[in-house]
Amino acid sequence: MKAYKIIVLAKQVPDTRNVGKDAMKADGTVNRAALAAIFNPEDLNALEQALRIKDQYPGTTVKILTMGPGRAADVIREGLYRGADGGILLTDRAFAGSDTLATSYALGQALKKIGDVDIIIAGRQAIDGDTAQVGPQVAEKLGLLQVTYVEEVVELKGKSIVMKRRLDRGVETVKCQLPLVMTVNGSAPDCRARNAKSLMMFKRARTVTELQKENEDYTMLYNDRPELNIPEWTVNDIETDASQLGLTGSPTKVKSIENVVLQAKDSKVISAADAQIENMMIELLESHTIG
Amino acid sequence: MNNIFVYCEIEEGQVAEVSLELLTKGRSLADELNCKLEAIAVGHKLNDVPKQVIPYGVDTLYLADDKRLYPYQTLPHTSIVVKLFEEQKPQIAFMGASSIGRDLGPRVSSALHSGLTADCTSLVIGDHYDKKADKNYENLLYQIRPAFGGNIIATIINPDCRPQMATVREGVMKKEIRDIKYKGKIIQLEVPKYVSDEDFVVEIIERHMEKSKLNIKGAPIVVAGGYGVGSKENFQLLHDLAEVLGGEVGASRAAVDSGYAGHDRQIGQTGLTVRPKLYIACGISGQIQHRAGMEQSAQIIAINTDPEAPINAIADYVITGDIAEIIPKMIKYYKKNTK
Repeated sequence: MKAYKIIVLAKQVPDTRNVGKDAMKADGTVNRAALAAIFNPEDLNALEQALRIKDQYPGTTVKILTMGPGRAADVIREGLYRGADGGILLTDRAFAGSDTLATSYALGQALKKIGDVDIIIAGRQAIDGDTAQVGPQVAEKLGLLQVTYVEEVVELKGKSIVMKRRLDRGVETVKCQLPLVMTVNGSAPDCRARNAKSLMMFKRARTVTELQKENEDYTMLYNDRPELNIPEWTVNDIETDASQLGLTGSPTKVKSIENVVLQAKDSKVISAADAQIENMMIELLESHTIG
Repeated sequence: MNNIFVYCEIEEGQVAEVSLELLTKGRSLADELNCKLEAIAVGHKLNDVPKQVIPYGVDTLYLADDKRLYPYQTLPHTSIVVKLFEEQKPQIAFMGASSIGRDLGPRVSSALHSGLTADCTSLVIGDHYDKKADKNYENLLYQIRPAFGGNIIATIINPDCRPQMATVREGVMKKEIRDIKYKGKIIQLEVPKYVSDEDFVVEIIERHMEKSKLNIKGAPIVVAGGYGVGSKENFQLLHDLAEVLGGEVGASRAAVDSGYAGHDRQIGQTGLTVRPKLYIACGISGQIQHRAGMEQSAQIIAINTDPEAPINAIADYVITGDIAEIIPKMIKYYKKNTK
């Protein structure tokens, strides 16, 4: 085999690493508008692994599959700018409220429709939930092997692949056969930057919904340049069992959400003045906390 | 009877700490639910496992012993756990939120179509009334964890699917032997009935495991830094203070993400949980995920330029100022008063 068909699973996530003070509304709900939507960081590591395989085996195709609201098309465009060949946006209200299992089911059904994928690559986990569940669950839904926490593809030859995995307390090198689902660790190499050529080529890539909103007639452009059309799949485009979708298909339910209220301790507030610091150190020594 | 199951991780014949912690939690929940605590260990040469786990109050220990089952591999371990759960129908199942548990748990939950909640910080039993269905559920497992950047704490339930599955990080639950002479039953599983040869598709070419050189979990004093430390160079101040006081250096996730400290020093919900005598938080704002990993420290000092930092609320000493000024003074006055 000289070329591979690769799908990268990517998610658009709120940038929870930079949560500001306005992230919560007064009523205790999350103010999504105050959080930037970004390409999930470890999914970028995953994309890089896919692009490296493409570098090595020209003719390999790398496409992004993402599930989310309309604006998640940004993730596909970002992938295109960095070297992906295309993408599919899976979007429908029927998917709303999905937990990891219902998400994996929908992604799995979309992957079945895509068909004959050699390697499915995803980031280990998304920063909005940190569950690391969707990769393994997609693999199970498709009856494929999963190899988690991959840091490096050491060798790929025909259907045989060797990968280095990063574990809690060590590293492991494993060898197995394609097809498989691989999840990539944040310790893997960072994703390459956008390249100018791809940016020029794909900056007008749009979903049909986006085109309709922009209210411009790009029909000619898209007839001539079909690569600019980002396919949008709804629940009607994939074969699904409604009982496994969205909130209904999610075994886990959110019973309650509490805003975090701090139980304030009786703190001693001190300054950086020498006498105060010395006094604190003496107290800690006297109570045998230190020393 | 629908019991509580704990999947025990094995490394070189030793049961992982996190598994023993989960057995301790499982035992207390089993008492509350008046059911049994069961455990499963999958691996090779498991002769020493019973004496390690049964004292934690394990009523039944299932062993799947075969040389192909160690080290851990996804498919064979999944097959065994799934088949055993189908036979025994546990109401609750726990795994460590470790490299192994986070690989196995989702696979098992998908195969059984049961819900799984990752990285729980608290597990309690409670009831639930579903208004829409006008249905009352008794004795569900509340799976409690911070979510969404730590701004909220979510209680997750699995009303209809079994088992109710959860993973928990090492160090979150306390480890406590129930009775050194506890009587538990040991059942050896007939491995070929639980796995097929097709499950063994991965060849482990090389495996290099090392015990962490750091002992942050066991350190009496932890000096931890956050994003507010500002640079890797400034982090050296924390190392200086830790060395003088005889402690270890920890870090918040933001500091690790910024490259100020290694991943193995991360404290919080997705890192280590520590309970030292003294926790010195430097330039850490104190999001809930971080606090989840340190709030049980006996004493807390918070050093921050922001007088409104959330960490101050749980601190015994709040120092508003620059660590570059304050840490050298702490070292100086420690030395002066210990001479």
